[in-house]
Amino acid sequence: MKDFTWLLKMAWRDSRRSRSRLFLFISSIILGVAALVAIQTFSDNLQQDIDEQARTIIGADLVLNSNRQFPPDIVAIMDSIGGEQSSQVSFASMVFFPKSQGTRLVEVRAIKGNFPYYGEIDTDPSQASRQFQDSKQALVDRTLLLQFSSNTGDSIRVGDLGFGISGSVLDAPSQTGITATVAPPVYIPLQYLESTGLIKKGSRIRYSRFIKFDDPSQVGAVMEAVRPRLEKEDIDIDTVQSTKEDLGETFGNLTKFLSFVAFAALLLGCIGVASSVHIYVKEKLDTVAVLRCIGAKGPQALWIYLCQIIAMGLLGSVIGAAGGSALQLLLPTVFSDFLPLDVSLSISWQAIFNGIVIGLTISILFALVPLIKVRRISPLRVLRSGYESADDRDPLLWSIYVCIFGFVLAFSYWQGIGDWGDAFVFTLALLAAFAILSLVAKLITWAIRKFFPTNWNFIWRQSLANLYRPQNQTLILIVSIGLGTALIATLYFVQQLLISQVSFSSRGDQPNMVLFDIQTEQTAAVSQLATAHDLPLIQEVPIVTMQLIEVNGHTKSDAVEDTTIAYPKWAFNREYRVTYRNHLIDSEELAEGTWDSTSMENRDTIFISMDQGFAENMKVSLGDELLFNVQGAPIKTVIGSFRKVEWNRVQTNFLVVFPKGILEEAPQFHVLMTKVNSPEKSADFQREVVSQFPNISIIDLNLILSTVNEILDKVAFVIRFMALFSILTGLIVLISSVIISKFQRIKESVLLRTLGAQKKQIMAINALEYFFLGSLASTVGLLLALASTWALAYFSFDSTFVPSLWPLLMVYVIITGVTMLIGLLNSKGVLSKPPLEVLRSEI
Amino acid sequence: MSSILDVHNLTKTYKNGSNTLTVLDEVSFTIEKGATFAIVGPSGSGKTTLLGLCAGLDRPTTGWVSLDGHELHKLNEDQRAALRNQTVGFIFQNFQLIPTLTALENVMVPMELNKTAGAKSKAMDLLAKVGLAERHHHYPTQLSGGEQQRVSLARAFSNHPKILFADEPTGNLDEETSEKVVNLIFDLNKEAGTTLVLVTHDLELAQRTQRVIRLKGGKIVADQLNVA
Ligand SMILES: Nc1ncnc2c1ncn2[C@@H]1O[C@H](COP(=O)(O)OP(=O)(O)O)[C@@H](O)[C@H]1O
Ligand SMILES: [Mg+2]
Repeated sequence: MKDFTWLLKMAWRDSRRSRSRLFLFISSIILGVAALVAIQTFSDNLQQDIDEQARTIIGADLVLNSNRQFPPDIVAIMDSIGGEQSSQVSFASMVFFPKSQGTRLVEVRAIKGNFPYYGEIDTDPSQASRQFQDSKQALVDRTLLLQFSSNTGDSIRVGDLGFGISGSVLDAPSQTGITATVAPPVYIPLQYLESTGLIKKGSRIRYSRFIKFDDPSQVGAVMEAVRPRLEKEDIDIDTVQSTKEDLGETFGNLTKFLSFVAFAALLLGCIGVASSVHIYVKEKLDTVAVLRCIGAKGPQALWIYLCQIIAMGLLGSVIGAAGGSALQLLLPTVFSDFLPLDVSLSISWQAIFNGIVIGLTISILFALVPLIKVRRISPLRVLRSGYESADDRDPLLWSIYVCIFGFVLAFSYWQGIGDWGDAFVFTLALLAAFAILSLVAKLITWAIRKFFPTNWNFIWRQSLANLYRPQNQTLILIVSIGLGTALIATLYFVQQLLISQVSFSSRGDQPNMVLFDIQTEQTAAVSQLATAHDLPLIQEVPIVTMQLIEVNGHTKSDAVEDTTIAYPKWAFNREYRVTYRNHLIDSEELAEGTWDSTSMENRDTIFISMDQGFAENMKVSLGDELLFNVQGAPIKTVIGSFRKVEWNRVQTNFLVVFPKGILEEAPQFHVLMTKVNSPEKSADFQREVVSQFPNISIIDLNLILSTVNEILDKVAFVIRFMALFSILTGLIVLISSVIISKFQRIKESVLLRTLGAQKKQIMAINALEYFFLGSLASTVGLLLALASTWALAYFSFDSTFVPSLWPLLMVYVIITGVTMLIGLLNSKGVLSKPPLEVLRSEI
Repeated sequence: MSSILDVHNLTKTYKNGSNTLTVLDEVSFTIEKGATFAIVGPSGSGKTTLLGLCAGLDRPTTGWVSLDGHELHKLNEDQRAALRNQTVGFIFQNFQLIPTLTALENVMVPMELNKTAGAKSKAMDLLAKVGLAERHHHYPTQLSGGEQQRVSLARAFSNHPKILFADEPTGNLDEETSEKVVNLIFDLNKEAGTTLVLVTHDLELAQRTQRVIRLKGGKIVADQLNVA
């Protein structure tokens, strides 16, 4: 015990003159811990808010949805549940604003009853949401009204019927900024739906029933009784509980991705800790040797410095945690467009605790790697400075490496990868990057020594020689700068990749207007109308919607009950939009099987073709039997081929394609794609279509494209915001490694000065040395980043990564420049003092 | 009188690639308790190497050293550290004070390692003896070379060592300061009855000890007793 207090005292004393330097290394973990705590606090709050707000998001205790009208016996079941109930029929449709003569695709929600029971449709004036059902009134999304310069009191035409606008919708249950921009909502009373004439067979209509229980605790029990019957009719059941789970899952993924980015920042911080402690220990070698000489034991020396590290690690983690808790105030603002709920701001003690524990663990583990040497410092150094004991491998070092490997593995699993195999691969990749960088550093020092350009001038020779002289920083700086560059650049490249994946390729001849919900008997007339407007008929396809009932004889309930059946549940839940044709289109190619088998000539079996990636996810293969329910008629099919589909082309692409000759008589609608050159022409044509065929909906892709771009910009902003942490941490790591390395260079610079070297010469030597280091490190780092991005693109995103030159060059110039700059600023401190003073000051 | 340091056939070689450099060649001698002893010789003759081996700071290639009855080659690193702490004091040419500690703290360290009670007051006494009581709160960089060497002297005596090793203690000092430091070394040594092993190339200084051995090329070339 007495021994321990002495260790603490020694640690305290020894740190006095180097506290600022100690703090430097710990500062590299502050940002990482802050990012981690911020994300975790946000995610904890989000989870809590989901729990609290799920009720107002779905607006009722129970919501039943179906793509078909509820059959009479289901209606009877629903009626028998009692409580309060509302009905809603919703679908996409064009509306017309007579005042401005404008048309626009909206989501019509025809409603009867007092839904929502929790929360409310927020309207201006506020009483409008409770009164519009009494007469022929509509509630219209606020931005829609703005867009068509209409106001409360004006009118709107939905199908064949005009409605008075009684209020503007500010907010409604389960509405986010994004859904409202694609198809803004228009509420009308259900009693007028029939007379709009919009309900035709084949249109995609969603029927909903909202139920508020007299006793909400009964939801579970009641649902248990009727669930099988409802599921048999493909009715979706949403309860407050299932909404919580769904939202939790969706936003769990979001926060997982973000905390992974935070993890990257923290990893960079680890490099900072290890590299700066490494250099710190080098400075302390002589002190330790003296301590050893006068009788301190190896472990005692180790503990003195470990105490310092623990104290600093704790301090850094606490500062980081505090900063992170403050930072989470920003996150909800950043995410508000994505979230259907208001995120509250509160401190999460759990997140703070985790952040501190992780920060401390990291500081200790990564500091131990260089620190453990202290145990074995030979006291002989006292007599012969610079003496390093024969490099016998310390077995304890390997246990630390194993601990670090385990820690990174566990942390990456827990923090976002969520799969042990992938986490292992990730950790191995990090290890490989580390090994490659060390190897490169060793190779470079060896090569410079071997092929030293003896005929270069003094300054160049001197700066080059610094890379291999004793006490050089080459290895540690190349590894830390290189790994930092690799992490940051990978993040950046992946971001570019993600953005390029979702953005549409907009080539000149691509369609920009889509007409859908065209009835079979309307197709000829619509085509004629388009031709009359001089518009090209780029693509015209029929679409049949259907439901999957069985895969190889297994139903959804089989798949749910029997875990050995791998077919996922969602495969049975989703609606399949299918077309039929006998040829491939130019956005797809045959990947497996034979397309020919999709032809129906002289065949009994119906061979269908599936998208390859989708089939993989669904875990089906060629020859598997799928039973579809096509609007009431069961159709048995066999998978005949897989297609590789280029999804980001503006095309109507299909997961499932039937052969001709099966679906012609099924209820269906058609899609027509065309290209309109000017907004005026587009408005003219839309107006004409809507007045002649009110059931047809039109999507103006230009509008959608700009919306998508807006969304992408926001996503990119979120990613950049998080990446900023990694970049800042990288910068701090860079600064601290270079600053600390200064203490190694001072002696030499001072000596040179004493021997008469000029300021300029010493500056040039330093600048060149850091230029070599920065260039080498950033080049290798970039190569690593390219390799890892390529691998990610190939294995995770199923695409190819084509790097562009400019970002590469930019990263190289910035990293090298910053390294040089910091190196130069460093040497300035040495040069501004007379040599005598520096000689006397502790180095 | 019994011996405190027994050096037997000590050889130290360094391998440098294919070359073998013999720095010490079969050196043997014995030092009695309380004696004063000087090792002289030109630079590079192996004096520091010999001192390092005697104090257990390094391992010999062949031969052995017995310090205060302990055969050093039979002890491990930590045991040798403990032995140094209890029986050995050091003075170096380049002082080797711990730059992050004050003068007082530097003197206290060996006692604190040893868990000696009242370390602080003892350290203050020692600093007073070397004439630096009022400089106790200064850091090494705030002290002159002679002052630093006096602090290291105080540190060397803080544990009542049985033997004091001094490697060119005046090598970095001017004549006047040297004189002061040397006098201090001999005075403190006499007072404490410590054995003194002094490495120097200063023959005048060497004459003040009872016995002088001369090293050249790693071999003892002369061993002479001084008449007091
Ligand atoms: N680690 C080493 N490797 C190779 N040669 C060494 C090493 N340490 C010392 N020497 C050599 O041993 C010889 C004696 O050195 P030293 O004991 O320091 O002499 P002195 O103290 O008399 O100046 C010198 O020639 C020196 O070059
Ligand atoms: Mg010497």
